[in-house]
Amino acid sequence: MGRSMSTFDDPFDSDRALTRCVCGQHRSAAEHDHAERMMRCEPIAPAPSEEKRYEGVVASAVMRAVFPRDAARRAFLKSVGASTALAALSQFFPLKTATDLFAAGGPPEKKDLKVGFIPITCATPIIMAAPLGFYAKQGLNVEVVKTAGWAVIRDKTINKEYDASHMLAPMPIAISLGLGANAIPFAVPAIENINGQGITLAMKHKDKRDPKDWKGMKFAIPFDYSMHNYLLRYYLAEHGLDPDTDVQLRSVPPPEMVANLRADNIDGFLAPDNICQRAIYDGVGFLHILSKEIWDGHPCCSFAASKEFITTSPNSFAALTRAIVDATGYAAKPENRKQIAEAIAPANYINAPVTVLEQVLTGTYADGLGGVKTDAKRVDFDPFPWQSFAVWMLTQMKRWGQIKGDVDYKAVAEQVYLATDTGKVMAEMGLAPPTTSSKSFSVMGKTFDPAKPDDYLASFKIRKSS
Amino acid sequence: MTLRLRAAIVSIALLALFLGVWHLATRSTGAAANMSPEYAKLMGLTATQGKSAMPGPLDVGAKLWEHLKRPFYDNGPNDKGLGIQLAYSIGRVGLGYFIAVLVAIPLGFMIGMSPLISKALDPFIQVLKPISPLAWMPLALYTIKDSSISAIFVIFICSVWPMLLNTAFGVASVRKEWINVARTLEVGTLRRAFTVILPAAAPTILTGMRISIGIAWLVIVAAEMLVGGTGIGYFVWNEWNNLSITNVIIAILLIGIVGMLLDQILARFARMVTFPE
Repeated sequence: MGRSMSTFDDPFDSDRALTRCVCGQHRSAAEHDHAERMMRCEPIAPAPSEEKRYEGVVASAVMRAVFPRDAARRAFLKSVGASTALAALSQFFPLKTATDLFAAGGPPEKKDLKVGFIPITCATPIIMAAPLGFYAKQGLNVEVVKTAGWAVIRDKTINKEYDASHMLAPMPIAISLGLGANAIPFAVPAIENINGQGITLAMKHKDKRDPKDWKGMKFAIPFDYSMHNYLLRYYLAEHGLDPDTDVQLRSVPPPEMVANLRADNIDGFLAPDNICQRAIYDGVGFLHILSKEIWDGHPCCSFAASKEFITTSPNSFAALTRAIVDATGYAAKPENRKQIAEAIAPANYINAPVTVLEQVLTGTYADGLGGVKTDAKRVDFDPFPWQSFAVWMLTQMKRWGQIKGDVDYKAVAEQVYLATDTGKVMAEMGLAPPTTSSKSFSVMGKTFDPAKPDDYLASFKIRKSS
Repeated sequence: MTLRLRAAIVSIALLALFLGVWHLATRSTGAAANMSPEYAKLMGLTATQGKSAMPGPLDVGAKLWEHLKRPFYDNGPNDKGLGIQLAYSIGRVGLGYFIAVLVAIPLGFMIGMSPLISKALDPFIQVLKPISPLAWMPLALYTIKDSSISAIFVIFICSVWPMLLNTAFGVASVRKEWINVARTLEVGTLRRAFTVILPAAAPTILTGMRISIGIAWLVIVAAEMLVGGTGIGYFVWNEWNNLSITNVIIAILLIGIVGMLLDQILARFARMVTFPE
């Protein structure tokens, strides 16, 4: 290849030139080769030895875009070193977006993966993909590991003990922004569930159904960076209560919530299911409202991975995403829900009575007050990571003082919520992805326009003054 | 009747009394009134039968028998038999404790033999000693970046202090006459340490080791509850998750028994090194 730079060469080798292919008609030698093979009707699947180089291919394209002039690129590489250059580049250019295109179809770099989960029904697609064989279908051997709490799952994923994890939808945004942890770029290729949460109150409050009477009560939420926190705060604020001064909000890991409710340490919680239903099942609480009555179709949990994992193992990541999207599509069908409830109930997975999981997943449930209710959309599954979801979460992070100062809503949402790539995988899996990556929705009757987050934020009377 | 026999009879009577009270206190209060059958089907026994949230001794016994019948089953990464869980815990404790012994005894010797080092290190030891394992855990996870090593580190850091202090104390309080005799006979420092000081301080050192193994076993449950994955602490957490108090009680029982066995082993060693003065 002489001194000319091929796409398959190491782009961080400072002695290489960045010229185009031999004939000059293609942007790179790889494209040249590809075209040549097409003309000769040869199979164009990459040889196994080449797969490892995809990452380099993408990085090379990026380098070429950032430093069109060879001299400048060489000087840059010489002065900072190749690995620093790669790290610096991936900071402001989402290498992943491009990598995925190349990765589709290639065998995974790493077959044995570990995925962390919290034992709640939000993790249904992540968990069921193991017993129902969705990971195996993508050629992966995934161990799903139960984890004690959100902070632990965050640390274990950052530590690379887990390759990817079940996280609350706002967590990857918070981690990427460095809220409550060091800033480490994370991405969300799929939302796990929509709806599927609820406000549960202790039995003694069964006549206190108006939130205006809730002054001084103690509520549990699973984590500070959770939809639960934002939804409960929103709900309370819409009813005139300031969540920071009028009530007490406590971060309690979901499994401990029922025990705390029984012990009268808290008056209620906005928690993920199966926890709400479990409190009812044990006769400790009743369901005040489903979270879908606050915002129908809200995201809750997400499937997240670090940008580092995505760039170092793009094929594994793509295969994981396909498995999750496939499982989510399966879980979205009501006729499959009973089977799923049975598959995820054993001690190895959620470890809960099948009846409880069935009530959550089928939507025919006891409300704790003696009635049986039916709502097929109590929990639903839709993998598409709408970027407007991320923008909404950012407005609430700002509203409650988690983010101080200005934030580039759109840029953060695009970096973390990989809508475009998910759309592609959805199409591949036979699902119908939406054509846009942003949509408007309404929360308690109030419309949210993702294009005007600051106006939205300014429209709230109750917020943390900063 | 010997004292031993009489004590055994009282022990058994106390156990029977305890089990009886437990059984009576956890009886169900009868079916709850006016609940439609359709609704009742969706509810748990606590709500429908008035069953106490606390299991009775019979429930625990039956469940314990179930566990004892197959202690080594393996249903995947998050569900293993109690035998396997205990083996993981004992392995972790053993490793952390072993490292602590390796560090504490030589260091304790140094501290005990030199009043200067003893005084200089004292404030650090006093500050580090009372820290709870759960307080170390986030720091360990964050810096070590590996949860299983973190768990071992926490066992190490919590069990090292009693051994260190007892070794130092034992070494420092060896009778001066013995050391002086050794000096008079011109015994070298190293030989003096091994043939005079070590045997003399051994009972105190073993007492420290016995306290430490107790602490290590206390710590493992807390550490595993947080770290998860395997071990008896994880088992407690996983069953708490499912609000299965029956299994939690079984785990408590087993933790107590294993702790007692560990303590007995070290007590036997301690008896071996005691000497009459």
